[in-house]
Amino acid sequence: MDITNYVVLAAALFAIGATTVLLRRNAIVVFMGVELMLNATNLAFVTFARLHGDLTGQVLAFFVMVVAAAEVVVGLAIIVTIFRTRRSASVDDVNLLKG
Amino acid sequence: MNDVIGLAPWLIGFPLIGAAILLLGGKATDRWGHWLGVLASAASGVVGFILMFRMIGTPAEERSIDHHLWTWLSAGGLDVDLGIRLDPLSLTFVMLVTFVGTLIHVYSVAYMDHDPHRRRFFAYLNLFVAAMLTLVLADSYLLLFVGWEGVGLASYLLIGFWDTGRPSARENAVAAKKAFVMNRIGDMGLIAAMALMFSAVGSVRFADVLPAVAGDGTGPASALISTGTATAIGLCLLLAACGKSAQFPLQAWLGDAMAGPTPVSALIHAATMVTAGVYLMVRSGPILEAAPTAQLVVVIVGAVTLLFGAVVGTAKDDIKKALAASTMSQIGYMMLAAGLGPAGYAFAIFHLLTHGFFKAGLFLGAGSVMHAMSDQTDMRRFGGLSRFLPITWITMGLGWLAILGIPPFSGFWSKDGIIEAAFIPVEGQPWRAWVFGTVAVLGAAITAFYMTRLFFMTFGGRRPRWTEGQHPHEGSPLMWWPLVFLGVGSAALGAVLGIGGTFTTWLEPVVGQAEHHEPVLPVPVIITVTLVVVVLGALLAFRMYAVQLVPEEAPRGSVLTRAARRDLYQDAANETLVVLPAHGVARLVQVGDRDVVDRGWGVLPQAVSWFGAVFRKAQSGYVRSYAAGMAGGVLVIAAVAWLVVGLGGAQ
Repeated sequence: MDITNYVVLAAALFAIGATTVLLRRNAIVVFMGVELMLNATNLAFVTFARLHGDLTGQVLAFFVMVVAAAEVVVGLAIIVTIFRTRRSASVDDVNLLKG
Repeated sequence: MNDVIGLAPWLIGFPLIGAAILLLGGKATDRWGHWLGVLASAASGVVGFILMFRMIGTPAEERSIDHHLWTWLSAGGLDVDLGIRLDPLSLTFVMLVTFVGTLIHVYSVAYMDHDPHRRRFFAYLNLFVAAMLTLVLADSYLLLFVGWEGVGLASYLLIGFWDTGRPSARENAVAAKKAFVMNRIGDMGLIAAMALMFSAVGSVRFADVLPAVAGDGTGPASALISTGTATAIGLCLLLAACGKSAQFPLQAWLGDAMAGPTPVSALIHAATMVTAGVYLMVRSGPILEAAPTAQLVVVIVGAVTLLFGAVVGTAKDDIKKALAASTMSQIGYMMLAAGLGPAGYAFAIFHLLTHGFFKAGLFLGAGSVMHAMSDQTDMRRFGGLSRFLPITWITMGLGWLAILGIPPFSGFWSKDGIIEAAFIPVEGQPWRAWVFGTVAVLGAAITAFYMTRLFFMTFGGRRPRWTEGQHPHEGSPLMWWPLVFLGVGSAALGAVLGIGGTFTTWLEPVVGQAEHHEPVLPVPVIITVTLVVVVLGALLAFRMYAVQLVPEEAPRGSVLTRAARRDLYQDAANETLVVLPAHGVARLVQVGDRDVVDRGWGVLPQAVSWFGAVFRKAQSGYVRSYAAGMAGGVLVIAAVAWLVVGLGGAQ
């Protein structure tokens, strides 16, 4: 089993996620990009755990999942609230906090 | 004596409690407040009488008692005990202040009858009396200072009493402020003197400081004061006395202080306030004796002021301002005497006492005239009042004869003593006796002129010069009974206390026994010359203001007259020499603060603000640009880390 394939796959997934976050305007899609990035790091963690032969990376992957789940709950709630008040799910419309 | 000493604090306590009740009681005390004020002052007078009779009964060497009340403050080397000093000097003042003060209280009941704030007026009068009694009864300079400031405060409140609802309200308020500020200048002198005393002796109690200066070694302080220090203390004390007693060059407030109700003028000029400076000088006698230079300055200040006041008095048409100038001049006599050493102290206090009576009588008489003439104060609008105000006429006449120094009226005994003392030669300085003696005699002549002028412009004259609609009449008995008492005092007090040197002997335990020196001229010659010039001055004034007609409008007058009308340009001099430079300094500081300090520090927030404006541009509000920034940042860090670690690893 070649470790490199897994790492390349994780990097590709992360890049796709990051690009999604940077380029898409719809908040839900941006969110999905964030999830993709998180799971890409999970894959990398598990890969390196296997490589080193210990469980630290796998444990960390569980932590990331828990945090991601919590983040989804809070994030979606925020998105729904913003949508209700501003009738839009575009992240570019939420620009009141500017200097 | 010791069984009644416990009463002494009540001398101050009664009027102080009176003032407190009247001020805190508010409108509830409006109906009977003025009688409470009279009662408080009278009660203090009764206590004074008891103490004085017991004092007379004790042997002369036991007549100085320091009554310790409680420890006031104890800080490091400075222990100040609150105590009362009872001796012939302080009791003389107590009697003068309470007796004349009570008469003025009674008079005010009628005089202020229609004033809606009569209760407040009596509260301030009581405060005034309490402060003055604190001043004279203190056993240390610090407690004296408390009374000193209290007198200043009370005079401020009373001079500006009519500061609302009158056409002159603004001027009255300004006069009060002027008096207060000029007094503060003097107060600085007293504070400086106390600081010097503390550094030299380590105490501000009379019982420590005065023996230390005198060098008789009876005090607890072993170190004696050098002549230089004594001179410095003496001059600082003189500055204080000049402020309070309206002596040159701090006398400008006195004339304006006439803005207050007339009983206040009587109180300020006769019993309290202006006498405080003379008291301070006599009390600090040993300090002055240890410093001949300071003593000479005191005499010079007294001599200058007595001529200054007399000259100003000759030109004033306002009856109260003429009397104010006269006070200034008479206090000048007292200061002159206080600077002459033990020979003069007793006469300074004696003249202060007799002056207290006749000047209070003259002022209350002037108040009675104003009361009768609808508050007119211009003497050119009086004339021929003797038929309408017989009691005022006779009592003011007694005061007039007393201030002229005609025997046997009271002023003769005291003023003549001062003039004789002024003629006593000083070793090594033969010019002094001649100069100051001549000044004193000259002052007496001018005094005779302006007082006769005042008396005949008011009561004499062939035809009245009243404004329309005047119906002069005597006030209520409450107003003329005090006048009668003061008139009798003006007539008889001098002879009672002066013949046989009763008063001088009474004060001897405090001021010491004066060695007998012969004046440069024989005493009968001095008395005769003085009387001759006094009669000449009076006759001249009689000719000008009783025989000849007095014009209703003041004539333009000579240069000197015009100068005297404007207080010999004292206000203008103060304005130019002190006020304008002070304004200049204030403006300089203001401009410096605004343009240098403020603007200098203003650069810092401006820089921060500009810095912020640059970085604020990064905050666009777009989430995706922030995300791009983060991603870019991570890439840069990763690139740097890779370069550094990668290159490091290559080695």
